[in-house]
Amino acid sequence: MSWISGVGLIAYGKHPGRTTLDLMSDAASRALSDAELERKDIDGLICGYSTTLPHLMLSTLFAEHFGLKPAYAHAIQLGGATGFAMAMAAHLLVEAGAARRILVVAGENRLTGQSGDSAVQTLAQVGHTRYEVPLGATIPAYYALVASRYMHVHGTTETDLAALAVLMRRHAGEHPGAQFREPISTDAVLASKPVAAPLKLLDCCPVSDGAAAFVVCREPSNPRLVQIRGAGQAHTHQHVSAAPSLTEFGAAESAGQALAAARVSLDDIGYAAIYDSFTITLTLLLEEIGLGPRGGAGRLATEGHFSRGGRLPLNTHGGLLSYGHCGVGGAMAHLVEAHLQLTGRAGARQAGQPRLALLHGDGGVLSSHVSLVLEAA
Amino acid sequence: MSAHAEPPDWTAGAAGIAYQRCGACEAVWYFHRDFCPRCGHGEPQILAASGRGTVHAVTLVHRAPTEALRALAPYAIALIDAEEGFRLMAHVAPDLAIGDRVQARFVDFGGTLVPRFERG
Repeated sequence: MSWISGVGLIAYGKHPGRTTLDLMSDAASRALSDAELERKDIDGLICGYSTTLPHLMLSTLFAEHFGLKPAYAHAIQLGGATGFAMAMAAHLLVEAGAARRILVVAGENRLTGQSGDSAVQTLAQVGHTRYEVPLGATIPAYYALVASRYMHVHGTTETDLAALAVLMRRHAGEHPGAQFREPISTDAVLASKPVAAPLKLLDCCPVSDGAAAFVVCREPSNPRLVQIRGAGQAHTHQHVSAAPSLTEFGAAESAGQALAAARVSLDDIGYAAIYDSFTITLTLLLEEIGLGPRGGAGRLATEGHFSRGGRLPLNTHGGLLSYGHCGVGGAMAHLVEAHLQLTGRAGARQAGQPRLALLHGDGGVLSSHVSLVLEAA
Repeated sequence: MSAHAEPPDWTAGAAGIAYQRCGACEAVWYFHRDFCPRCGHGEPQILAASGRGTVHAVTLVHRAPTEALRALAPYAIALIDAEEGFRLMAHVAPDLAIGDRVQARFVDFGGTLVPRFERG
């Protein structure tokens, strides 16, 4: 059993002049304060990575900087799946007794700390350096290949994909920390600049500066009780060229493991936090996990199913698509928002009183999958 | 291992697509290894692909990753199911659709020789 005792999230967007360590420290301070803990209470530390601060030992670098002396520490690298993988590791570690209170933190000045080309090139290395990158492929291109196949097989249209971008932007409008808050229309998404067909600029998440943190404890440290009930993973490939299928990834398997560990079913889930690096990512993950019928996620979004007052509120902070994407912190913002929803602290964004949340993240090109089930006690 | 016996491989600058086959379990794959990723058997064969295949997925890249490639955009990239049973990423003619039967040619792309598939 493990508890998420506190969460911290900063605004995403531009933080000129602030480094990876500055941003991580900001989020970590907020998480400690929310958990009602002090630095001396933390005996475990798990960090992600930062493309603007590549380092062999980011966790000890951060521990020294922030002022922690953990008995257990390391970093994890799993692309976009890192945030939930860190939560899963912390959950297993406190259950095993390796630590009692683990700070999980990530941040990066991905937007202002490097040129746009540098960000695109670094991320393109998710591709195969010998067989894919020389072709001029990019991350959006890899996901666009998936989108073309998925749309061909399941009948999803560009308008269906756009519906999810519109929804994420509407949700972000209620969050003061979101990078993009101005409402957008389906037509605006369809008319936005082509990036890699069928994906257009507004089908793609932005690059952001940002940071997030949370504390995973063996015993609760305050009355805001959120438990990690189950976790699962699946890893099917690294490169899209080697993916066993472009319509079936590891999402269903990973989510199935997390639900089984929690002894709950999909019907019990009242809030969803699903990775949305591109509109196709969100569409495909929702549909593979079973939170919508194949080819139907866009229609459900248009009908209000995933809205604050709908049957399954989804990414009420605006997701990667509109809250922003700073790397590892990107998906961690989904977890922070889920925690706020489960503890009734989401303010204007509060979506009823959800008791169970399903979180799912992917890294690479739908390569690595991590799922979590959280429950409000 | 004698290099002269190996078939042409575009990743080494020669006009050809090389793939591998396991002598023990007959698995077929694309990314070069010294062993079979399915059964672990050593010394897999390196073979020359016919260059014939079918379009499995396709995109038109408008935002190139580097300044040097920017002038070449937009360019179409696809995943091709080779008739020998492996999948590869390659350039394609921009008018192709999923399911089209295609044949590989080899072209210069920003100083690199790359496979480019056209309607068979």
